[in-house]
Amino acid sequence: MSAQIRTFALVWLALILLLAMTVAAAFLPLGPAKPFVSIAIAIAKASLIFWFFMHLREDTGLLRLAAVGGALWLLILLLLMSSDLLTRT
Amino acid sequence: MSDASPLQESADPPPPRETPEEQVSYLRAGYSLKSWFFTTDHKRIAILYMVAIMFFFVVGGAAAVLMRLDLATPSADLLTSDGYNRAFTMHGVIMVWFFLIPSIPTTFGNFLIPLMIGARDLAFPRLNLLSWYIYVIAGFFTLYSLVAGGVDTGWTFYTPLSTMFANGHVMAALSAVFIVGFSSILTGLNFIVTVHKLRAPGMTWGRLPLFIWSHYATSLVLLLATPVLSITLVLLAAERMLGVGIFDPALGGDPLLYQHLFWFYSHPAVYIMLLPAMGVVSELVAAAAHKQVFGYWFIAYSSMAIAALGFLVWGHHMFVSGQSMYASAIFSLLSVAVAVPSAIKVYNWTATFYKGSVSFDPAFLFAMSFIGLFVIGGMTGLMLAMLAVDVHLHDTYFVVAHFHYIMVGGTVSAFFGALHFWWPKITGRDYTKMWGGLTAVLIFGGFNMTFFPQFLLGYLGMPRRYHSYDPEFQVLHLLSSAGASILAVGYMLPVFYLGWSLRWGKPAETNPWGATGLEWTVPSPPPKHNFEEVPVVVEGPYHYPLKHPASRD
Repeated sequence: MSAQIRTFALVWLALILLLAMTVAAAFLPLGPAKPFVSIAIAIAKASLIFWFFMHLREDTGLLRLAAVGGALWLLILLLLMSSDLLTRT
Repeated sequence: MSDASPLQESADPPPPRETPEEQVSYLRAGYSLKSWFFTTDHKRIAILYMVAIMFFFVVGGAAAVLMRLDLATPSADLLTSDGYNRAFTMHGVIMVWFFLIPSIPTTFGNFLIPLMIGARDLAFPRLNLLSWYIYVIAGFFTLYSLVAGGVDTGWTFYTPLSTMFANGHVMAALSAVFIVGFSSILTGLNFIVTVHKLRAPGMTWGRLPLFIWSHYATSLVLLLATPVLSITLVLLAAERMLGVGIFDPALGGDPLLYQHLFWFYSHPAVYIMLLPAMGVVSELVAAAAHKQVFGYWFIAYSSMAIAALGFLVWGHHMFVSGQSMYASAIFSLLSVAVAVPSAIKVYNWTATFYKGSVSFDPAFLFAMSFIGLFVIGGMTGLMLAMLAVDVHLHDTYFVVAHFHYIMVGGTVSAFFGALHFWWPKITGRDYTKMWGGLTAVLIFGGFNMTFFPQFLLGYLGMPRRYHSYDPEFQVLHLLSSAGASILAVGYMLPVFYLGWSLRWGKPAETNPWGATGLEWTVPSPPPKHNFEEVPVVVEGPYHYPLKHPASRD
């Protein structure tokens, strides 16, 4: 049990660290790379939550596949939406 | 069916008040209100859903009656313009979310999925009951928005109309749609887990009836699409109530963002309506032809393909909205692609009839209606997916006719087909087949008379959502209104002869159609826990011919 609490505490610390990175990145002169950096950090946070807090690391392949499916569908939404947003004249 | 059919009426003796099968059936397992409203039996929940969705079908239909009456003359002489806006909005909201989306899955899906896979109930019976209560609560919100004065945004709640200008009861209607989404999600989740976990021994994926495959595909869409709608409606509410800038350009938002998010749900929602109907038709076609379904795996996988591809086409609703030409071209191509699995199904159903021993039962007539009307609806959909053609036809009656061919000609025909096919199983009583056939013909004829003129109207330039129009359009509008009255008679007839059958109908046999499927191996109506012993499945579905008295082989 204590090992599990330690894992969760470490993940929480990592999340806080990533949050600090998000805030810091907002002030860095990154230019057009800025949204990509923010999204990359956000994906790292989401992955930690999926893997540890939502117990995907203990689950079977089918359940992991279902989670990947959800992520994939979100990607479809963003990808096809940006086909409009990025090419509007 | 041959002359020896058990469904043929014979004059005497009068049917018994209660058969031995009925005494031990789910229908007699408790008579109190509590035994119905707190039941966890999937069959009783299906009946609860049936009553609830039929109520909303009548309410949504009443709005359509008002519109068709108003449209009989070119001038606006029945409803005010505002009243007309509210009538078509309530018609859309109620028919889409309170009838079409739950229609087949929550009634026939609920009733039949456990029976077809050899289970005693769904995986989560209490969740199933909860989804009905959520539906009913959402229904009350809808009824509130209706009696409080209605909504005038159209069923799509497009911004900025819905956030800045509409002064109807937008929030009540939004809440209703938001809440009913959770009912959809729970139903979808329940079906997926049930199909994965509760199949009887020997019921492999390759032995699942096609009805199950299509409901499985539908459930995936329900689960993946509905949350997006929920979030979108919350964003809409945040902008309308709190002035948070999401869709309003003045506040830094993007109005097309709303359309993207809305149609990411609402286009797959068409397949939520249609896929279960296709599952029904696969069953009806096999039973009517008394033959193995042609191309089982093609039909099964085309359901999955439709579920997946259906998510990639939403932009075809936005060709003239200001969406980029590049995106429109992509969405146009993908929209054509989704026609492929739909066409595969149609060809396979048609091929199933080849050398079949076809019966002209009511269920078969409804299935044939579905196939014909769905082909017309689908082909006109392809026309609308063409960028240049869409500029001419967008927001005209052509679009109205197109999606009514899919949703009413398709889904509602299949719903009535399912009702006529499984009625003896659900109620334990046979109805008079002649009336069923007459109803199928009336609905088919009335439907075409209502909606075919609308293709012409749209092509000639009649815009949708207008209630006063140029006099030159009156002939076609009047035809459409006259057809709607025939359609209404067709929809009302079953109330009488199916209602009659409940008390005076002959007791139904276990397998009145001589069809395959585990649901036809249990008594009509089924006992409370479906199967005395868990069945063991040793062969694939549609294993005709059957050694059964009613079998035509």
